[in-house]
Amino acid sequence: MLSYILKRIAYAIPVSFAVSLICFSLVQLAPGDPLALVLPTDATQEMIDATKARYGLDKPLAVQYGYWLWNVLQGDFGTSISTGRSVASEIGNAIGYSLALAGLASLIGFTVGTALGLVAGYRVGSPVDKVASAISISGVSVPNYWLGIVLVVIFSVNLNMLPSMGAGTGSEMTLLERLSFMVLPALTLAAAPAGIVTRSVRALVAEKLSMDFVGALHAKGLTELQVFVHVIKNAAPTALAVIGVQMGYLMAGSILVETVFSWPGTGLLLNGAILQRDIPLLQGTILVLAMFFVSLNLLVDIVQPLLDPRIRRS
Amino acid sequence: MTQIAKSFDLPAEIVILSRGYWSSVLRRLLKDKVSVACMVVLAIIILATIFAPLLSLYDPAVGTVIHRLKPVGTEGYLLGTDELGRDMVTRLLYGGRMSLLMGILPVLFALLIGGTLGTIAGYAGGRTNAIIMRSTDVVFAFPSVLLAVAIAGALGAGFTNVLVALTVVLIPPVVRITESATTQVRSLDFVEAARASGAGSFTIIRVHILGNILGPVLVYSSSLLSVAIIMAAGLSFIGLGAKPPTPEWGLMLNTLRGAIYSQPLIAALPGVLIFIVSLSFNLLSDGLRSAMDVQ
Repeated sequence: MLSYILKRIAYAIPVSFAVSLICFSLVQLAPGDPLALVLPTDATQEMIDATKARYGLDKPLAVQYGYWLWNVLQGDFGTSISTGRSVASEIGNAIGYSLALAGLASLIGFTVGTALGLVAGYRVGSPVDKVASAISISGVSVPNYWLGIVLVVIFSVNLNMLPSMGAGTGSEMTLLERLSFMVLPALTLAAAPAGIVTRSVRALVAEKLSMDFVGALHAKGLTELQVFVHVIKNAAPTALAVIGVQMGYLMAGSILVETVFSWPGTGLLLNGAILQRDIPLLQGTILVLAMFFVSLNLLVDIVQPLLDPRIRRS
Repeated sequence: MTQIAKSFDLPAEIVILSRGYWSSVLRRLLKDKVSVACMVVLAIIILATIFAPLLSLYDPAVGTVIHRLKPVGTEGYLLGTDELGRDMVTRLLYGGRMSLLMGILPVLFALLIGGTLGTIAGYAGGRTNAIIMRSTDVVFAFPSVLLAVAIAGALGAGFTNVLVALTVVLIPPVVRITESATTQVRSLDFVEAARASGAGSFTIIRVHILGNILGPVLVYSSSLLSVAIIMAAGLSFIGLGAKPPTPEWGLMLNTLRGAIYSQPLIAALPGVLIFIVSLSFNLLSDGLRSAMDVQ
């Protein structure tokens, strides 16, 4: 088991390295001279050379990458062009909001998805199953930036029940007030995982129910409920893996939803970076989110065999 | 939204493709009411966008300020007008052209490039396989939306940049599916027999491998269409795709956000079309998958 964990961690290292390389090359992808924003238009050659030397741009690309990586490892992601603050502090301010939103959306998505999937998997082909499938495919097909707008029209504009944008201001907000700002964006973000989890759980339950051990349990005289517990125990590790990976997608995929609701997380930060063409901010945020995703996948791969002896053995 | 399925169950009987295989798939597909309905809906939408100039009375880029945000059903403006007084029917028809192209073209490119790389990796095996497959692993380290936003964000707004970003994101899953299908087929007896009877690699790939993997690879790629349509319009929505005044569904959804209080129905219209197209592609892909599953 330990050797498996070490192997899995060892595999994550080159992947992280490659991720950093891609994030670094984003700057190279960007059209235009990176110095154009810093230098006056009538800059002399000496000024250009001096500025290049100051930012290390006179060095070969490999050396520039080395410097950049060294700084990143120390938590220095450079300075945002649009705000002048450090990229690290910008991300630090935003990431908590994104985590909270992704967390709540996961909770909603997985609760709804698991419930629908269980019912559908137990009664494959029934009307309930058909309804669950319809909800599931709508959840994965709906553009969430549109769903967000529709929810705002219904719950904010027409019913005037929930706030439509921002995370609220003032430190005196009660928990309930804070939550009210999260309800619509979290519901919007939860649509896709709800659909995906419904599908996965339905398939898992249907598969487990058709296995021999279920028949054996029935033959032993167990009640329907006791058999159900066995089925759940069998399906849980796989379901957990799906859930873990979904959480990573939600963190990264919330850019559009955060834009719709002006939710002050990393997604809105990215959107601002794109509009301002603030490449250091774009680069830093992408790197942090991608590394979060890599770590989460690593965590899922390590935790899953701990929960499931069958994976451990293979 | 917008996630790419990483695994895909290949049909159990991937190998034995008889002469009548495709016609029997089509027959089964046409028996499925949902699939037929999706095909009809998609055909209508695609044809309507192609023949947009014949179906609309106005210029999609020009509006009249006094006719700003007319409600749905106004005389002369069937679906109302947008925030600059442009006819919504015209905008939606022309807008579909770019939205559909930005969604469909990357899937075709990914199918071409990813399919080639996957076949090479699966057929060659060994070091070639390792290099190609490990490179795709790196792209999988990014959530698809994030990578698309990163590439398009660095390159800047524009139609071509969206195509580039989405193609890059869609290639790796196609490579994975093609590689696993090719590896499966390559190890079968009839490929060995073909080699023994003197067929070269090119002939084996073209005749024996491609013929047998094309079905599952095409079905998988069809499942990417919905994702690509949502992502393409999403990139436009955050300002990375089409530029105003070009009509595009995602961009229209964004510029109409100011109208959600006065004309919520109009503000939601472009998204309805994205949803219908994406849903139809998803359902059709599901239908195709079960039609191909020989059981």
